Amino acid sequence: MSNGSAGQLEVGAAEAATKGDVPSVPPRRRARVPLGQGLRTPFSHRVGEAAIHVMAFAAVAAIALIFLFIAKEALPILFDVAAQEEIGGLSALVFPRVWPGYAEAAFVWQPVGEIPKLNVVPLFVGTLKVTVISMLIAVPLSIGAAIYVSQYASRRAREILKPAIELLASIPSVVLGFFALMILATFVQSLLGTTYRLNVIVASLGLSLAIAPLVFTISEDALSAVPKDLLHAALALGARKHQVILRVVVPAALPGIAAAVILGMGRAIGETLVVLMASGNAAVVELFDPTTSARTVTATIAAELGEVTQGDPHWRVLFLLGTLLFLVTFVLNRVGALVIDRLHKRLSGGAV
Amino acid sequence: MRYARGDWVLAGLSATSVVLLLGTTVVLLGLIVREGAGHVSVEFLTSEPASDLTGGGIFPAIVGTVMLTMLMTITGVPVGIATGIYLAEYAPRGSRLASVVRAAVQNLAGVPSIVFGLFGLGFFVMFVGRGIDDLVYGPGDPVWGRPAVLWSSLTLAVLTLPVVIVATEEALRTVPQDLRMASMSLGATKFQTIFRIVVPQASSGILTGVILAVSRGAGEVAPIIFTGAANYLPYLPTDLRDMHMHLGYHVFALSTQSPNVDAARPALFATVLVLLALTFTLNLAAVLLRNRARAHALASA
Repeated sequence: MSNGSAGQLEVGAAEAATKGDVPSVPPRRRARVPLGQGLRTPFSHRVGEAAIHVMAFAAVAAIALIFLFIAKEALPILFDVAAQEEIGGLSALVFPRVWPGYAEAAFVWQPVGEIPKLNVVPLFVGTLKVTVISMLIAVPLSIGAAIYVSQYASRRAREILKPAIELLASIPSVVLGFFALMILATFVQSLLGTTYRLNVIVASLGLSLAIAPLVFTISEDALSAVPKDLLHAALALGARKHQVILRVVVPAALPGIAAAVILGMGRAIGETLVVLMASGNAAVVELFDPTTSARTVTATIAAELGEVTQGDPHWRVLFLLGTLLFLVTFVLNRVGALVIDRLHKRLSGGAV
Repeated sequence: MRYARGDWVLAGLSATSVVLLLGTTVVLLGLIVREGAGHVSVEFLTSEPASDLTGGGIFPAIVGTVMLTMLMTITGVPVGIATGIYLAEYAPRGSRLASVVRAAVQNLAGVPSIVFGLFGLGFFVMFVGRGIDDLVYGPGDPVWGRPAVLWSSLTLAVLTLPVVIVATEEALRTVPQDLRMASMSLGATKFQTIFRIVVPQASSGILTGVILAVSRGAGEVAPIIFTGAANYLPYLPTDLRDMHMHLGYHVFALSTQSPNVDAARPALFATVLVLLALTFTLNLAAVLLRNRARAHALASA
């Protein structure tokens, strides 16, 4: 049948419809339209679909609004000269300064007082110390556990062990903070004889409990996703199980494990309640002694924002810290997600 | 398989990690149950807290937590489910728009909870709340533009959005394509197919996400410090503009701001126990539902 006659058929069908007859067989060309779209959608359904499309952008809007409204409170400090003078100039936020009553230049975070001293370096040092030490505790433990659960545990044991470790992730961080404050602190002090009951070690131990389940889950997923063919091939070549794990499985899953570490770090930097409750919150600049107290960026925001007058330089600096926190975790999460994506592409490509 | 020495070392080290992680969890739970269980009683659950943060009951904190999570669920879950439906059913394969939405969801899940607190204060309390005040009441004492249960619930609704979205999308993807085909070939529209066939099939998976979101919302403290939670309130919240007490925030307040922590200790452990019981019950329910959903998906596949 030629194209011409198909066209005639269609015209005929349209005429029948306008005359109010029962429509005849639908024209053949229409049959290629995807299922469900050939019929007219009722108005109410289209409204519903429009609503779904609008609501679907809530997450995008949320990310944008979060950034906008935190930056909006923070940015005036970068342009308002009067506010800058009040805190001794913008450079006082980062560089050490000889404050009245101080013998030499120092990094000081002391927002309440005649001259507000808002140097953020002590807070960065606090966050850095707590993050690094908690990672040193959590990462080896969670990767070790991931290796056991994915490689050694029987299928049955795996189905019990994985949810059991993930149970730790469902414990609210305020409870972990409470545990560190009331129980770990006493234990650590009697064990190590530290001068301060609340210190970086206690906070890091508590924090490692918050990030371990995250690092474990992502690493375990990556290790389990390595095609079994690789493992069997290596075993068939006579390699021992530990050789296969360390030289075949772990390297193949390495991007996933790296992503787990990156995402764990983002979580450690952003975690608030544990460090707020267990780190002692004294803003000291001391890089290498974990038995001192520490004040992190997150804990500072949580502890001080409620007491500050809106629009004060102190208020602005707290929002500025929040903006930085948002940006740093944003970048870490993006990188982590990209690495995981790539791993999945590589592994699924390798399996075919 | 014969194990060499290296095998024992690696197996031993990795098994030790598992034991350490699980051991710590067990010790944590054990100590809290041991010290808290004796203090949990009907009276503790139904009476007022002491006004000076030294203990007392936790009734207002329970009511506040329930009200908070209910408001959060009502406002956040529909949006989360709609996004999940968009990603699984409407977004074209390989769509750039959908990948932007997915990236936003991933990033939202990683935003630190204290940043949500700043956002709730800057956006909901100061922008939306003050905006309503300026429009409706003019200058004067803030009516909406101050911390309230509405604002803390909305902040948590945004925070838990990713949990609902991811669970919904995953659940919808397990529904076999045949069902959609069958429904549409019978003349149902895409919208009818989704809401009468696909969503009901995926309901236990979606419910799992909702429960996990509620569990997360019930335990988060940092986002509500500035947006609605109160140390101590002599009355229960009855209005969207009231502040509220909260189990997690009560734990924080009792353990860091109490003038007499020793006096507060029994109530503190008991409050932690109640909070943990709540989150664990919710998580257990979620796990059981998810298993049922998976079994269901396997059976119908």
